[in-house]
Amino acid sequence: MAKIIEARRLTPVTKLFRIDAPLIAEAAKAGQFVMLRVREGGERIPVTIADYDRAAGAITIVVQEVGATTKRVCALEAGDEILDIVGPLGVPVDIAPGGHVVGVGGGFGSAALLCLMKELAARGDTTTAIVGARNKDLLILTDELRGICTNLEICTDDGSAGFKGFVTQRLAQLIEGDGPGRPDTVIAIGPMVMLRAIADATRAPKVRTLVSLDPLMVDGTGMCGGCRVSVGGETRFACVDGPVFDGHQVDFASGMRRSKQYVRQEKEAIERLACATTAAAVR
Amino acid sequence: MPVKRPEKTPMPVREPALRAHDFKEVNDGYTIFHAAFEAERCLRCQDPVCVDGCPVHIPIPDFIHAVAIGDMAGAARILRGANPLPSICGRVCPQESQCEERCSLGTRLAPVAIGHLERFVADWERTQAPAAPVRPTRPERIAVIGSGPAGLVCAGELARLGYPVTVYEALHAPGGVLRYGIPEFRLPKAILDWEIGVLKSLGVEFVCNVIIGKTITMADLFGRLGYTAVFVGTGAGLPQFLGIPGEDLNGVMSANEFLTRVNLMRGYDFPDSDTPVNVGNRVAVIGAGNTAIDAARTALRMGAEHATIVYRRGESEMSARLEEYHHAIEEGVQFQWLTSPLAVEGTADGWVTGLRCQRMRLGEPDASGRARPLPIDGEEIVLPADNVVLAIGTTPNPLLTRTTAGLLVTKTGCLVADEETGLTAKTGVFAGGDAVTGAATVILAAGAGKRAAHAIHESLAARG
Ligand SMILES: Cc1cc2nc3c(=O)[nH]c(=O)nc-3n(C[C@H](O)[C@H](O)[C@H](O)COP(=O)(O)OP(=O)(O)OC[C@H]3O[C@@H](n4cnc5c(N)ncnc54)[C@H](O)[C@@H]3O)c2cc1C
Ligand SMILES: Cc1cc2nc3c(=O)[nH]c(=O)nc-3n(C[C@H](O)[C@H](O)[C@H](O)COP(=O)(O)OP(=O)(O)OC[C@H]3O[C@@H](n4cnc5c(N)ncnc54)[C@H](O)[C@@H]3O)c2cc1C
Ligand code: SF4
Ligand code: SF4
Ligand code: FES
Repeated sequence: MAKIIEARRLTPVTKLFRIDAPLIAEAAKAGQFVMLRVREGGERIPVTIADYDRAAGAITIVVQEVGATTKRVCALEAGDEILDIVGPLGVPVDIAPGGHVVGVGGGFGSAALLCLMKELAARGDTTTAIVGARNKDLLILTDELRGICTNLEICTDDGSAGFKGFVTQRLAQLIEGDGPGRPDTVIAIGPMVMLRAIADATRAPKVRTLVSLDPLMVDGTGMCGGCRVSVGGETRFACVDGPVFDGHQVDFASGMRRSKQYVRQEKEAIERLACATTAAAVR
Repeated sequence: MPVKRPEKTPMPVREPALRAHDFKEVNDGYTIFHAAFEAERCLRCQDPVCVDGCPVHIPIPDFIHAVAIGDMAGAARILRGANPLPSICGRVCPQESQCEERCSLGTRLAPVAIGHLERFVADWERTQAPAAPVRPTRPERIAVIGSGPAGLVCAGELARLGYPVTVYEALHAPGGVLRYGIPEFRLPKAILDWEIGVLKSLGVEFVCNVIIGKTITMADLFGRLGYTAVFVGTGAGLPQFLGIPGEDLNGVMSANEFLTRVNLMRGYDFPDSDTPVNVGNRVAVIGAGNTAIDAARTALRMGAEHATIVYRRGESEMSARLEEYHHAIEEGVQFQWLTSPLAVEGTADGWVTGLRCQRMRLGEPDASGRARPLPIDGEEIVLPADNVVLAIGTTPNPLLTRTTAGLLVTKTGCLVADEETGLTAKTGVFAGGDAVTGAATVILAAGAGKRAAHAIHESLAARG
């Protein structure tokens, strides 16, 4: 059990949690994740460690509501307990020091840039965060990121804030030398479609690109192989070998297909949860 | 006097038609009458060869004699003295290749049903008042990594010797394969919970959701957490894949994934439980060990109409327990022997439709001593399938060894440890079970845990 110290809505569908988890906070590094479960009979879901505070023994996560379990998580408030939480899992991000690192975040991925950019800035790298959303109300944690990164680039589809367009378009401009200039390394965290677009954008100009994959997971400890992805023609387990891989080697088509394995059951679960919630509200 | 009866007293079992669709235990268990009747068959041999076949050397004729004279408490004491998990081993040991294979009755008649009797006594024990809790008496604290049979037994033995023991488990519930792998219909979780309860009453502390090597390092265990010795029982949980085309199609999974979704995550209870399991009408399971048979029988219970075992060798090379094989046949599992998978076939949008296979024949014995399967040219078949489940073996999990300096690991990922004591290359670290041997059996893991506990005790006693 782990107590939620702080819970804060960032957008109508995302929520930030600070959780009392001293062992995880002590060991965590950027790029790693936790598995959590919020009720008996509940699913174990992977969530990135957005930030850690070793002194306070706390970690921060940001959860986006996409289905039944993430909705259950987002219903929790400060003072509530998380039934099970284990981590840090996965291999920390490994980037050679001294360069210009561009972190691209989509959805909850912007949150995951927090501790990564902090770690890189602390050792003297030049850091740029590119964060994107449909409109300015859906952007998250821009103030926090602005305080950490050398540069912050905001993109919105409708132009309501920052650059009007996709993160990939802005990234392409940087690679051409615009703004903070060409990156030595790009690291992207977010939905698989975005990761693929980023990897496509950096392939021809030959910019080293890391992507943090989010396949379906069951245990997160290497025991089931459900999280397997094809990287450079080899089968790798995202939970123990990743989740960060060379974006130019990942077979995204296979990865995206595998993410849809449980769509039917996911729909059933969310409909049931909606019924249960309505019933509770009526009562 | 022993009574001569050619057959074992049959185990009362639930009807195949009934049991093949639920998760309740298949075997009902002996009653006291069955047990007494069967116990009479034992010859109480001068040289009880059955004991040599048991990896933990249970004094088999002694406990069976106690059953025969109605002294159940005595029988339980004898069993537990040698095997701390009798209720589990009585159910899952491959008796036909261990104790019962050696039984001297077995040369002409069916061997004594040692496993069934062991199970009976252990189940009787569970109906008795629990033993009084005890408190640790020794100052040295011991950490056990992993809560499978190796870890559970090691923790229990050390606690009985007076040590305060903490068991660290990566998953959210203890038990290892006994929890996530072996299904409820063979090993009810209530029995595992009872055994864990016994350990807790001996003062063993269980800490779940902690991965040694990730959450805490081995160095932390000895350093800031102050443990004097560590036992590694991390098992061999990493599933292997075949590397054939189509293995990434939707509907292909490892047996570990399938069984974990069903057992640990209670997928049979979806959507009351949250973890879904994809089970279509036809499930092909590759492999013929206990894991494969468990997966096939579980598939039927999850609603599949056909579950087929696909194995590249023949029936006599199969490594599953004989009793499970028979139960699987009764329940309608089909078997494709001498059939080797070539590729998984699927639809354009990526769902499995079948398993393309090569027909095989048996050649000369290979390195494992079993006849080598050879392809029969031109004989390919496609088995229609909605799911393909791979049960072709597992290797030790690298989570701990990747992050711990000083441990030696073989090419196959197994920890190097002394067979007798479990001592590894690292001072104060002992290991046993599947982590050392590769995927093996519950009783071998339990035996290794027990020997390591005594080796730890001796090494600490020697320090004074
Ligand atoms: C390493 C890793 C890190 C992650 N970090 C975060 C994080 O920091 N914050 C966060 O909110 N989420 C994160 N995720 C994704 C999160 O685990 C899933 O959103 C969650 O499991 C969905 O559970 P659910 O029951 O709410 O939805 P489900 O009912 O399982 O799914 C609902 C919908 O979301 C889609 N979906 C489910 N899982 C994924 C996935 N992994 N990738 C893409 N689409 C998916 C389904 O196809 C479906 O359409 C991460 C995933 C991984 C593997
Ligand atoms: C489906 C199936 C059916 C089987 N049927 C039979 C049978 O009928 N009869 C039989 O004798 N054998 C059977 N076996 C084999 C038997 O279960 C194993 O040999 C036995 O469980 C091994 O025990 P163990 O204690 O070494 O490891 P495991 O049971 O594998 O337990 C290891 C535990 O350690 C945990 N762990 C791993 N790494 C870490 C870490 N770094 N930190 C913390 N915890 C960690 C794991 O999560 C796991 O819980 C079966 C196996 C399977 C998979
Ligand atoms: S522990 Fe296993 S091998 Fe030993 S007597 Fe019992 S059933 Fe037989
Ligand atoms: S070998 Fe068979 S008959 Fe002899 S003591 Fe053992 S169980 Fe009894
Ligand atoms: S989630 Fe099970 S192996 Fe990665």
